Amino acid sequence: MPSITRQPFRTAVLVLVWGWLLFLVLAPNLLVVGASVMTRDPGTFISLPLNLDAYRQLFDALYLEVFLHSLYMAAMTTLVCLLIGYPFAWALSKLGKQRQLLLIFFLIVPFWTNSLVRTYALKMLLATNGLINSSLMGLGWIDEPIQMLYTEGAVIIGLVYLLLPFMILPLYSVFDDLRQELLLASHDLGAGRFATFIHVIVPLTLPGVLAGVMLVLLPAMGLFFVPDILGGSRNLLVGNVIKNQFLDARNWPFGAAASIVLTVTMAILMLAHRLSKQRIGEEGAG
Amino acid sequence: MTRWLPRVYLGLVYLLLYVPIGVLVVFSFNDSRSGYTWGGLSLRWYQSLFNNNAMVEAMWNSLWLALSAATVSTIIGALTALALHRYRFRGKKVLNGMLFVVMMSPEIVLAISLLALFLLVGIQLGYVSLLLAHVTFCLPFVVITVMARLSGFDESLPEAARDLGASDFTMTRTVLIPVIMPALLAGWLLGFTLSLDDVVVSTFVSGPSYEILPLRIYSMVRVGLKPEVNALGTLLLVFSLVMLMLSQWILTRSKR
Repeated sequence: MPSITRQPFRTAVLVLVWGWLLFLVLAPNLLVVGASVMTRDPGTFISLPLNLDAYRQLFDALYLEVFLHSLYMAAMTTLVCLLIGYPFAWALSKLGKQRQLLLIFFLIVPFWTNSLVRTYALKMLLATNGLINSSLMGLGWIDEPIQMLYTEGAVIIGLVYLLLPFMILPLYSVFDDLRQELLLASHDLGAGRFATFIHVIVPLTLPGVLAGVMLVLLPAMGLFFVPDILGGSRNLLVGNVIKNQFLDARNWPFGAAASIVLTVTMAILMLAHRLSKQRIGEEGAG
Repeated sequence: MTRWLPRVYLGLVYLLLYVPIGVLVVFSFNDSRSGYTWGGLSLRWYQSLFNNNAMVEAMWNSLWLALSAATVSTIIGALTALALHRYRFRGKKVLNGMLFVVMMSPEIVLAISLLALFLLVGIQLGYVSLLLAHVTFCLPFVVITVMARLSGFDESLPEAARDLGASDFTMTRTVLIPVIMPALLAGWLLGFTLSLDDVVVSTFVSGPSYEILPLRIYSMVRVGLKPEVNALGTLLLVFSLVMLMLSQWILTRSKR
């Protein structure tokens, strides 16, 4: 082990980096875990004794319903993103390299634009007297405006709009790596288009699908400003519950427990992603 | 048919992505007060934006925060990447793991964990808490950008510098920093944009003493439609576009 005096630069760098991560990543996360098993306290936020009340509260009929509804909206968002993104990434990977890069650039541009502003732009389109309704009425296709804003559908549209690039980018990367020889081999061995799709393309792009699901499903449960702007009070996300518990109700144990449920979901998805990648690695090598 | 069908599909998705943004930009020049009907060209919403003192102050606060967060995270991120690349030390995997957790965990989880820390340690919610939080979520992105640059780097150069008697610090300054410069610029621009765009984390860790733009927009768009938001959104769009083009230009230029 080199002594401190001989490598002051190395020591300084390591102390700074470790210090930052221990204080601002490890400590806060441990705090949340701790808070979730403590008791709510109006003065100091949390206090002893330790208990699992917060986790029990998650299964109250009222909150369970909010959670399931949030999970449903997040799942629908992920499904829609996958259905749009999968053929999109496939089509994109078939274009010339130069054009691919340009199109990727234009996919990222909206993603670099303030997400609140983009959600607001959707509100302009979906409102009762908004552009979609007034155009449809102008064309004479409908007589009365359709209620689109403040519905479950509006929240899902908003989430899809914000999260679609996160589904497309990992999918594009697996399609880009997909070797044409494998498809030709499958064809030569007598497989039709459908059989090739099911037995070759789907398994090989599975890691991309899982990465995309991971990157969409979790934010889709946390982006509380989308229901705030588009969804009204009945279409809440887990993120809204966590935010209300921490900022308004001041019930830290409950908010912390809800956030741990999110983290555990993330861990499970990451594990699935890893396993699917390993499987492909083995098959590719063997 | 198989030739043009994928292209039509791609075009359609891009149309859906850009229609809301297009509408936002067009209506920012709308003279009418209602957000839905066209009342002729006008710059009145841009004017009312800049006549709003609280808004202008929030803009400056946001810019200053983004500048400082990007700078601090670039410095710490670059040092982290260098340490991960060059040094062998205990707990390297743990360090990597922590960075990965920051990048992957939902923003709201990061937000409440930092709020809990700040309140219990007694850091007042305001500029300092925002800076610490923003640097933390920008950090992994800078580390990844710099690591990618370092991975394709010829190891004989630092060795030669050491053999010629350069100290660790001198070698880093004269050999490694010039090599990773494009990655530093790209990482800085990424951090700047991430900081400017953040809503979720800022909602939790900001206080009334330091109001920033996304939170100001948030309070405006929650109730009804405000044409000023269109003007502000258009300005932010142009700004991000310039930043994104800059970072792409830097990265592609450095590859040649």
